[in-house]
Amino acid sequence: MKTHSVFLGLVAGLSLAACTPPADSSLVVYSARSEQLIKPVFDLYEQETGIRIDFVTDKAEVLMQRLIAEGKNSPADLLITVDAGNLWHAAGQGLFQPVASSVLEANIPAHLRDTGKQWFGISVRARTIVYDPAAVSRDELVNYFDLAKPKWKGRLCLRTSKKVYNQSLVAMLIAQHGEQETEAVVRSWVDNLATDVFPDDTRLMKAILAGQCQLGVVNSYYFGRLQKAQPDLRLALFWPAASDGGVHVNVAGAGVTRFAPHREQAIAFLEWLSQPTAQAVFASVDMEFPANPAIDPDPLVAAWGAFEASPVDVVSAGELQADAVRLMDRAGYH
Amino acid sequence: MPVTPRTHWLRRTLPGPWFLVALAIALPAILAIGVVAGASFSPDTEVWPHLLEFVLPRVLSNTFWLVLGVAIITTILGTGLAWLTAVCEFPGRGIFAWALLLPLAIPGYVLGFVAIGLLEYAGPVQGFLREWLGPGGWLPPIRSRAGIIVVLSLTLYPYVYLVARSAFLTQGKRVLEVAQSVGFNSVQGFFKVALPMARPWIAGGVMLVVMETLADFGTVAVFNYDTLTTAIYHAWFGLFSVKAALQLASFLVLGVFIVVALEQWLRTRARYHPGKSPPGDRIRLGVRNRWLGFACCGLVLLLAFILPFTQLLIWAWRDVVGGGLDLRFWGFAWRSVSLSLTAAGTITVAALLLNYAMRLDPHPLSHLAGRIATLGYAMPGTVLAIGIFVPLAFVNNQLQAMLDFLFAANAPQLALQTGLATMLLAYLVRFLAVAHQPVAANMLRITPAIDESVRVLGVSGWAALRRVHFPMLRTGLLTAFALAFVDLMKEMPITLMTRPFGWETLAVRVFEMTSEGQWQQAALPACAIVLVGLLPVVILTRRSEHEA
Repeated sequence: MKTHSVFLGLVAGLSLAACTPPADSSLVVYSARSEQLIKPVFDLYEQETGIRIDFVTDKAEVLMQRLIAEGKNSPADLLITVDAGNLWHAAGQGLFQPVASSVLEANIPAHLRDTGKQWFGISVRARTIVYDPAAVSRDELVNYFDLAKPKWKGRLCLRTSKKVYNQSLVAMLIAQHGEQETEAVVRSWVDNLATDVFPDDTRLMKAILAGQCQLGVVNSYYFGRLQKAQPDLRLALFWPAASDGGVHVNVAGAGVTRFAPHREQAIAFLEWLSQPTAQAVFASVDMEFPANPAIDPDPLVAAWGAFEASPVDVVSAGELQADAVRLMDRAGYH
Repeated sequence: MPVTPRTHWLRRTLPGPWFLVALAIALPAILAIGVVAGASFSPDTEVWPHLLEFVLPRVLSNTFWLVLGVAIITTILGTGLAWLTAVCEFPGRGIFAWALLLPLAIPGYVLGFVAIGLLEYAGPVQGFLREWLGPGGWLPPIRSRAGIIVVLSLTLYPYVYLVARSAFLTQGKRVLEVAQSVGFNSVQGFFKVALPMARPWIAGGVMLVVMETLADFGTVAVFNYDTLTTAIYHAWFGLFSVKAALQLASFLVLGVFIVVALEQWLRTRARYHPGKSPPGDRIRLGVRNRWLGFACCGLVLLLAFILPFTQLLIWAWRDVVGGGLDLRFWGFAWRSVSLSLTAAGTITVAALLLNYAMRLDPHPLSHLAGRIATLGYAMPGTVLAIGIFVPLAFVNNQLQAMLDFLFAANAPQLALQTGLATMLLAYLVRFLAVAHQPVAANMLRITPAIDESVRVLGVSGWAALRRVHFPMLRTGLLTAFALAFVDLMKEMPITLMTRPFGWETLAVRVFEMTSEGQWQQAALPACAIVLVGLLPVVILTRRSEHEA
């Protein structure tokens, strides 16, 4: 009896699950960005157009596996994720479809989107050097490579190499300097570490504040969040000059999935994301830089000063990411 | 302690109908493990040399020491505290008896995060020490092997404590009296009689701890301590080789399978059927030992529960004051509770059926099915989620193709890979081990003699279950339900992957916040998880206290 009821229950559950078709005036988004960072934009879109956006959040890699497994029956119309490496990889697995849109091409600069039109950057973050001005003079700083110098021994803090942001950073360095030179530099970074690598950027900055080390590498918005919480934050960002290789930037981006059930609506939403209203919100909820150069960043973000991004486009950084991971494994950067 | 010979299975070649029940319950696990192991047949030749040279040696040694350390400390803490609260009398014993289970509700990564936040160089404790004693690192680094072993042990020891305590309570005073009658003092009585008798239960608890340690990803990530699970994600997320990730995962599962089988083999060579004895008076400790007992229990409770929970409450309070509490929160809480209750119920029923199947048809194939059905607990959650998701998506796509063929444009859209039924299946694979252990431990109490007398009285089948077995299994079932419930409240990866749109739970909320490093905002849902998770734990222990 009990066995039967369990199985009956399961069957009933399965048929219930089967009876939830997506409504037609809605879009489905798979997002690797957390809910609190994207929902404001979705809500705004629904207000403006009446189109509801259903979404699930998860890790980027899991969402990709999910799209692969679901194949042409996937309910997803768009995939949103951070990091060019993830976007490049999703494109490589054929999860996106090309979108020819003059609006997107006008709004998003070429170096922030895929050459094959598979995905488009929608916001920009910089990964740069943060330092304690009381312990480090601005003149001492040059760029990421320079952190390998012996003078930084015992003064440097880094986040774990498992975070995709560091993988993309090293991928950019490989693109700029080649694998051999980069590996030597990464080894020296590890030698220079004041303490074990940190699991997140915020802890790293707190270690600098406590005097455990004097400088490190963080994403700009983590600095922004900490600054918002502590307005008198006594840390500063340093932007490597263009002549020294420029600042490592990365994107959060989106693409229309290959089997999107609502293709036209998905493209319309993606175009809307590149427009001023959405750009302002999308970038400011997490203190990022808008991808559309016509929009000014949040005043707090603008106060960090202007910088020149590395000429290596985000796509090549994506391509070299797996190489970067291996390189860091070899160099003992965990 | 009668020893019963095992049914000689060689005489029987084919398993009976109960085997099919065991098989049905094991089927989702077989499917999931099959998907994972299926990748092993064609090694990713590109990634493996790299993993072998630069990744595996380090993570294997890390994993070994972590598992060993956690197993040893949880055994000592779990049995020691259980002995103290079950058999000895000292101030606060009545409260400690149930309060020592509370850490069960604190997710490992939360304790890890709080411990690191307090004790690392930039934390308040070292800051204070520097202020008073001058610059320098005043404590050994918390982000270390020792640090993570202690933290994981403090969150996992309740699994051992729970079963060991129940074993000691069941043995009762009688065992000690016997020990004393042959001239042992109470310490000798513990080591020479009580502990060996409780061994199968303790081993079951430690096995859960080992499996959970192997599957842990959140805590090791907070400590940046790379284990085999880290390597699985490294191969997948970093080296973009899902195949290598699944291969590593299948090695992990195989390893666990061998350990579980070994432990079972050692255990079943002798079967224990301790009866329940009337509780006698507890041992009255001397003045010094009385306060020592109090201090031991108090210290563990302080570190494993009071400190982290207070920190969570402070963060949550700040978040609420800052306007972090919105109405949706109650929806998340309701979703978490209803989902966990449903799943815990399903899992408990499955555990009962599985145990019955293994008992009524002790064919080796039934036992094999039972072993496999409970392996999911050692699999990293995300890998298991993929293992469930992929076959269901495949079935879904086949059915959809059929529907499309039959009804063309009017075909209904299926989504079998997500939804409640899928979630329940995946949860079953993940947490059956947690429910299985207590039911199995309780099942040992139903001796063949009892079954014999039931049969002589002409009661059989469901009537026997309802009237004789169920009352005897009640505590075990309740424990199973409570443990599964607490684990379900904390579960993330399966929920993330298989939930329908808009099904947010408290754990999903914690994931969203912590993945952005917003620990303060994660505190409110984390607190709710702990508070709700505490209810069954408290009810459970108070009940066992009354029964004893």
